[in-house]
Amino acid sequence: MSGNGEREMTTPSDELRDPVARDAANWAPLVQKLQASGVSGDAPNLVDGRRLVGPLQGFGQMWQKTYWVRLSGSDATPAEIMKVWRARFPEFWPRGNRFYPPLAGLEPGEVALFSVSTGPMRLSSGVLVLYADDESFTFMTPQGHMLAAWVTFSAFMEGGSPVAQAQVLMRAQDPIMEISLFLGAQKLEDRQWVHVLSFLARHFGVEAIPETRVTCVDPRRNWSQAKNVWHNAGIRSSIYTLGAPVRWIRAAIRR
Amino acid sequence: MPESRIAMNVRKPNPTTSVIDIEGEVNAGGELILMGAYNEAVSDGASAVVLNFGGLEYMNSGGIGLLVTLLIRAQRQGQRLLAFGLNDHYRQIFELTRLDEAIRIFDGEASALGDVP
Repeated sequence: MSGNGEREMTTPSDELRDPVARDAANWAPLVQKLQASGVSGDAPNLVDGRRLVGPLQGFGQMWQKTYWVRLSGSDATPAEIMKVWRARFPEFWPRGNRFYPPLAGLEPGEVALFSVSTGPMRLSSGVLVLYADDESFTFMTPQGHMLAAWVTFSAFMEGGSPVAQAQVLMRAQDPIMEISLFLGAQKLEDRQWVHVLSFLARHFGVEAIPETRVTCVDPRRNWSQAKNVWHNAGIRSSIYTLGAPVRWIRAAIRR
Repeated sequence: MPESRIAMNVRKPNPTTSVIDIEGEVNAGGELILMGAYNEAVSDGASAVVLNFGGLEYMNSGGIGLLVTLLIRAQRQGQRLLAFGLNDHYRQIFELTRLDEAIRIFDGEASALGDVP
């Protein structure tokens, strides 16, 4: 660092001077409300019409959770790992949890749906692909998701080995979910990403146990967002499940 | 951790406010440099830190995450975080990620500084 406060840097080269050309295609276009129109499978769609909710709009304590696995011995490049991860994302999920990718793939601006088992009940929601490039992609959650979060999947080289990583920056979206996290949902989420990384590593011929680092970024709760409970995923998913007979009857009448 | 090509310069236009000029790429790899600049910006009691994105060349989702952790840190220390110099593309990203609800964005440095008492 020099005396005038200038910090150490790698000088940006001239070819990096066009910012929009470099990352514009990597970001989702601006949307006010989500629309999950092109999703594969028979996913429960509790996402249409919902706004995006990031960690700043959530209720609970803010956590940064990083899960990573070193693919020692693999000669896959970070770009190759991400290409597989992005294209075959649902295959690495634990049995019983379902991820319904958009038909167009995990491209910026696309919406994916999922349904996960949390003990006695199933929770359904979705994610927007907020950002994607050759070495990372990021999901952002909508209203009604359990979390107000960004989840970034990436791969990079470290110490000569490729490393695959999932990083979650999150708050529980509402007070009910905050309690659920402390009662065990947090562990379920940890298990989910450890499973995903283990299976990803296995795909590349590596048996490895992923590591986890959890940091509390903000111990305060965001009480102004307690109203998010109106969109609570558990309540909405239960209503959706209870409404199944009505939907079957309606569908039968239409036929 | 991805490499970050970023440079930051800290200025103090008045006793209550510091400006961090950001040049280059903002991604997760820039954490140490950004936090170092922030520490320098608030070291003599500034109550507001203004981020100048006029030299921003590239930002990914890791960079947005970095700004959130910086914002939380500022809020916990009772400091305001403001921004100017964002082009239309990055303004849209702030809006998309709803970062604009927590970091006030101004067209220029004068208007940002004018918002700090």
